Amino acid sequence: MGKTIAEKIFESHIVDNPCDDIYVIRLDAVFCHEITTPIAINDLIVRGKDRVFDASKVKAVIDHVTPAKDSKTAAQGKILREWTRRHNIKDFFDIGRNGVCHAIFPEKGFVRPGFTIIMGDSHTCTYGAFGAFAAGVGTTDLEVGILKGVCALRYPETIRINITGKKPEGVFAKDIILSVIGLLGVNGATDRVIEFSGPIVESMSMDARMTICNMAVEAGATFGICAPDMTTVKYLWDFIRDEHKTKDKALEAFGRFASDPDASYADIIEHDISSLGPVATFGYRPDNIKPVREMEDTKIDQVYIGSCTNGRIEDLRIAAEVLRGNRISDSLRGIVSPATSEIYRQALDEGLISVFLDAGFCVTNPTCGACLGMSNGILAEGEACASTTNRNFNGRMGKGGMVHLMSPATAAATAIAGHITNSKLYNGR
Amino acid sequence: MKNFSGKVLFLDRSDINTDEIIPARYLVENTKEALKPYLLEDINLEGFDCKKDIKGKSIIITRENFGCGSSREHAPWALEVNGINLVIAQGFARIFKRNMFNCGMMAVELSPEIINMILSVFSKRETTIETRFDKGSFILKSGDVRESVKFEISEFDRALVSAGGWLEYADSRY
Repeated sequence: MGKTIAEKIFESHIVDNPCDDIYVIRLDAVFCHEITTPIAINDLIVRGKDRVFDASKVKAVIDHVTPAKDSKTAAQGKILREWTRRHNIKDFFDIGRNGVCHAIFPEKGFVRPGFTIIMGDSHTCTYGAFGAFAAGVGTTDLEVGILKGVCALRYPETIRINITGKKPEGVFAKDIILSVIGLLGVNGATDRVIEFSGPIVESMSMDARMTICNMAVEAGATFGICAPDMTTVKYLWDFIRDEHKTKDKALEAFGRFASDPDASYADIIEHDISSLGPVATFGYRPDNIKPVREMEDTKIDQVYIGSCTNGRIEDLRIAAEVLRGNRISDSLRGIVSPATSEIYRQALDEGLISVFLDAGFCVTNPTCGACLGMSNGILAEGEACASTTNRNFNGRMGKGGMVHLMSPATAAATAIAGHITNSKLYNGR
Repeated sequence: MKNFSGKVLFLDRSDINTDEIIPARYLVENTKEALKPYLLEDINLEGFDCKKDIKGKSIIITRENFGCGSSREHAPWALEVNGINLVIAQGFARIFKRNMFNCGMMAVELSPEIINMILSVFSKRETTIETRFDKGSFILKSGDVRESVKFEISEFDRALVSAGGWLEYADSRY
């Protein structure tokens, strides 16, 4: 019988099968940030095991609270920084060169088709956009990954979602993934992989694929995955040109990370998006979605554009297109955080930063801060935020605050209007 | 092996996420002990008071998809430093469940019927559970009411609980 992409990658990395359907797999990369790694580092020190399985396969970034906001976050940065120096971890990105982990690691070419990757962060699921097997883990799994280069995981079952139809203008990857989560529910894919396929996915850019894979975990999935294709090859070309003579050769090599036609799936779902309009969330769960037009009365206090979901250059271009020539409403404030220093520079070169500043947005450095209510845009009690992030949990962006998840286009339009509304890019009703 | 018996805290709701278990503003702490006062501080559950209701409890019983959201192991740690090493639910988010067993703690799934039965019979009463790890059973007791419930965990999870966690297990093998 045929295999899915996830099964193929998984099987080629097995080192042990201790029992049941649990396998220990070899890791191609372990990524680290300053919130979940310092405790792992401290624990390894206490155990007398302050070692790294392979310094070239460990990458680290300070991204959650940067610049440090107080002594405690400064200490977290210090622990990570000193650890990378001590172990000669060359791929470490500190403030000035940093970015939101799930934007910067792909940008640097560290995520490749067929790789197995873990990180102490649930949105590690983003990397499946490249045809990688990428699982978010806790600190203990991370610790074992750092020390041994292995991780224990269940044999992967896959739900395949074929995204078909004609994508309406003004409907974006964020609307599509929110609609998928609405369809599956917040635990509809628990302990499974979601394979995104079909013509809509094939026509998506890498930025858009990262947006959909990023939110796979909001349906409980281990990660989302897309088969690598020429779009993947072109994105990675600068990093892989030494290994492959031509782009076609690279594509041929990546061809082994495609699901077989007779692969077995836990479920196959056809999702036609021809009649999908822009959507936003209304409650404390990411599957609480409604058409934007039904939420017009929702007043907003803060608009946030950024994060590992929607802080990439395409997202900023779309938001700027909506904002150009407009001022945001006096009734709210706007914050935009380009997801990496490189994206920031590109946005500056393209004149997007001026558009945001002219519209009245605050442009912050790259950071995760606001998304999880740690820094750079925390809500006060009773406030509502229109946000391009990925979680709307109770208190997520600040105690007593409400988060409405939406696309960068809808967030930008909302900033101008002062309440949730559709962007001019959407012509439907 | 950790203690898996004691008084029960009932959280009668589905989808209790990791931001509710331990809010992100406390992820700046670099010790587990520092998390102790903040467990379930942001939970959206009527009638629950984290200042009063957690004290003295050793076990949580809840519904579906407990621990969804973030990968933060701070969630199991916040439970552990409050003396709670066992969560019984209809279902768990993948990473939370892994984190529990990786710490040598237990996240045990029971069927919706059993969870419903337990919640309807015991949730309004002071209840204790005696866990018989080897036999795979929980004895629930409240006054004269007594129920025995079977549970199953995988051979691997059983090995992690016995070893004290994944690091101990992995370090001796790989």
